[in-house]
Amino acid sequence: MMKRVRYDYWALVTGLSFAFFLLFFLYPVSRVFVNSVYDFKTSTFSLDAFRKFFSKTYYTSTIANSFKVTTAATLITLLSGSLMAYIMSTVSIRGKRVIDLMVIVSILSPPFIGAYSWIILLGRAGIVTKALNAAFHVRLPGIYGFMGILLVFTVKMTPLMYLFVSGALKKLDASLIECAEGLGCVGFRKLRKIVFPLVLPTILSSAFLVFMRIFCDFGTPMLIGEGYRTVPVLIYNSFIGEMDQDYAFAAAMSVIVIAFSVVVFVAQQVIANRSTIEMSSLRPPVPERKRGTWNLLAHLFVWLVAVLSVLPLCVVVVQSFKKTDGIVYLNQFSLASYRNALSNVGYSIINTFVYSFAAMCFILIVGVLFSYASVRHPCKATKVLDVVTTLPYIIPGSIMGISLILGFNKRPLLLTGSALIMIVAYIVRRMPYTIRSSSAILRQVDPSLEEAAVSLGASDTTSFWKITFPVMLPGVTSGALMSWMSIITELSATVLLYTTKTQTISIAIYQEVVRGNEGVACALSSILLATTIIALSLFFKLSGKRELSL
Amino acid sequence: MSVAIHISHARKVYGENVIIPDLSLDVKEGEFFTLLGSSGCGKTTLLRMIAGFNTIEGGDFFFNEQRINDIPRNKRNIGMVFQNYAVFPHMTTFENVAFGLEQRHVKDPEKTIRVEKMLDMVQIASLRDRKPQNMSGGQQQRIALARAIVIHPDVLLMDEPLSNLDAKLRIEMRGAIRTIQKQSGITTVYVTHDQSEALAVSDRIAIMHRGIIQQVGTPLEVYCHPSNLFCASFIGESNMLEATALGGRRIGFPDGGSMEIPFLSGQEEGRKVKVCVRPDEFVFSDTGVSAKVVARTFLGSSYEYQVALQAGTTVKVETGTHHAVLEEDEPVHLSFDPSIVNVFDSGSGDSLMVRA
Repeated sequence: MMKRVRYDYWALVTGLSFAFFLLFFLYPVSRVFVNSVYDFKTSTFSLDAFRKFFSKTYYTSTIANSFKVTTAATLITLLSGSLMAYIMSTVSIRGKRVIDLMVIVSILSPPFIGAYSWIILLGRAGIVTKALNAAFHVRLPGIYGFMGILLVFTVKMTPLMYLFVSGALKKLDASLIECAEGLGCVGFRKLRKIVFPLVLPTILSSAFLVFMRIFCDFGTPMLIGEGYRTVPVLIYNSFIGEMDQDYAFAAAMSVIVIAFSVVVFVAQQVIANRSTIEMSSLRPPVPERKRGTWNLLAHLFVWLVAVLSVLPLCVVVVQSFKKTDGIVYLNQFSLASYRNALSNVGYSIINTFVYSFAAMCFILIVGVLFSYASVRHPCKATKVLDVVTTLPYIIPGSIMGISLILGFNKRPLLLTGSALIMIVAYIVRRMPYTIRSSSAILRQVDPSLEEAAVSLGASDTTSFWKITFPVMLPGVTSGALMSWMSIITELSATVLLYTTKTQTISIAIYQEVVRGNEGVACALSSILLATTIIALSLFFKLSGKRELSL
Repeated sequence: MSVAIHISHARKVYGENVIIPDLSLDVKEGEFFTLLGSSGCGKTTLLRMIAGFNTIEGGDFFFNEQRINDIPRNKRNIGMVFQNYAVFPHMTTFENVAFGLEQRHVKDPEKTIRVEKMLDMVQIASLRDRKPQNMSGGQQQRIALARAIVIHPDVLLMDEPLSNLDAKLRIEMRGAIRTIQKQSGITTVYVTHDQSEALAVSDRIAIMHRGIIQQVGTPLEVYCHPSNLFCASFIGESNMLEATALGGRRIGFPDGGSMEIPFLSGQEEGRKVKVCVRPDEFVFSDTGVSAKVVARTFLGSSYEYQVALQAGTTVKVETGTHHAVLEEDEPVHLSFDPSIVNVFDSGSGDSLMVRA
């Protein structure tokens, strides 16, 4: 009798989550597949879209472009990030805490600020470019295209890579190193035989993650790529483009990208599973004070990475207080940009907060309840849904945007242009993270806590809300803050879904950059950055940590 | 208030695995009853069946006359103490103990009075407003105990409550548990794998093995009169000597010696038996079986010797430290009092003793 009731309660949660993902994820993504080969107007099947893509080097070269720039950026990031992590774990660096803070702020800052900021510095009318041109009487063209994209991604992703690898290095117990040294394995041989094999799995999986992030990024190549077109840009253009809007073509390209990311994802999983090493360190290695050239070089390198990673943010903040007449910055300070931002697109700030808040509420409630159902009352349905909820990981944002448009642009499922579809996009993209993290937290909560509550007379529902939920709450909240930070900077999906009325801050920034209202863009970016930093300090306060692990 | 527990023909199955085939048991009102056995013997499973956390595949469970099989687990009015304490980490000591009373809609001032009285009883009144994060295991277990008893449960269930504590605290806490149980008079079922703990706290002990109860008795009974070989070897240490029945109460050893066992039931000649002699039941004497000391271990309050008999078997002998210290390779004679040892059938393992 009692068992029946309990089962139904969690079955309801599972059912609702299932319905949500079916309607707002599986259905729209399947529309992309259908649309790529089926024309609804003429009711005909055709592979024309794929043929069009593969027939012109103009299109196929975008894949090559994407692949080239992504691979190059990933490799450089891999080296610089790992090197930085290794230095930080072995050499005592002055100002380590400041560096770590700089790194974290840079990772959580809006992704597209980097590209925009580097244009301000190194673009054809950039501050540095102008200064160099004046000093050496040359006409430098500024950094665009392949080199520009490479620069932005390398600077942006090195801190992320550093964070991942140093996480693994911290789990390396000092006794392992000491043991190796005691057995006569020192210097470079120790690094190659002991340290490297132990962190290799982490390095590999982080490299895959960085690769996918760069590959799917839309903002950076759009702003700084100019003639150098990558896949997300091409998809965006063929979908939004005023000249040659081609839904079938965009859908076909999306299918190609999905296929590609599935392959990458599966490869990553296979490698990760094969080489996982469980380590728990009682005594992490302690950095030592070093002397001489090596110490100097180490400091130089680490500080260079840290400064470069926050440089774009500083540039944006400084520029936001400069007086402009539209495009050109004048050498005077004023708050005019902020006034303009608030009067022209102030509502986008409100939109950002309302949408992200609505999305977070839904994500938290459903995510936590579902993770509870799947951890404590697993059944076939929860297992299937566990798999389904990993899929949004591998669908790039712009393709998620296209899917939602294709799925909800006709009655009775007409949602395009509404605020709801923006919120749905946020939910679908972030929910998997919340489900994963709450499940992980829940596995740490001893089931006997609930049994104790039940034996004391609490019903199952009471024991969940009074015991399990409050115990999970700190972990869930800090996870939610992380999600929230990435929601307010989301661009690639929502840039396809917004209307003037439902524009958010990150879209407004993008629009203002495109329109050339740089002052307003900087002011908005600074507001977004300030919000992120406030959320970050809240996160530190709540979690009681001084560090970030992703 | 307190109840007697009656279990008849309980059965527990996980998939294909039969954990408890058919178990019947009676726990008297107010009794401190211990389920003792090694891990996987079904003792915790049985406890969780009483608590309602495990389903019951067969048989009936009664608290007095009331059948509890179908009573929801949150309505059984049990107090439960868990191995890992399960103290609610987000609540203070007071809130933890008050939780069960709140579920029963006990209002202030009665609630506060009862909680504070309980905190005094388990001696943690000074921790009243602290959260359990930095408390020791012993303190947390006292909270758990107070929380379970304050609701005046019909039955108190304890699942290895001391196994996460260090050795010294364990002995201190088992005294506290015993005292508090006697004060409150609540029928208690206690699960442990530690035989010395079971002997120390229990009114009666049920020794379980593979889901079957091997023996139920007071600590003295299960220690001195084990009902079979398993119980004899599980509780305390035992030397098992091979022997053969010579008819009546006489048994013979492989080396040719023989003796009369006063409490042995009459046996037909030729039956293979095992004589169980505890290490402290052996004495070094002038007569008796000749043997040789192999090794000596100093245990603080006693010496433990490995002694080789001429037949080739090695036995363990324990003597007080006041006894003359023997050296390795020293020839000795061993004997024991035939009226205190136990004899078992070699095949079935059952006890062959007659005792009222």
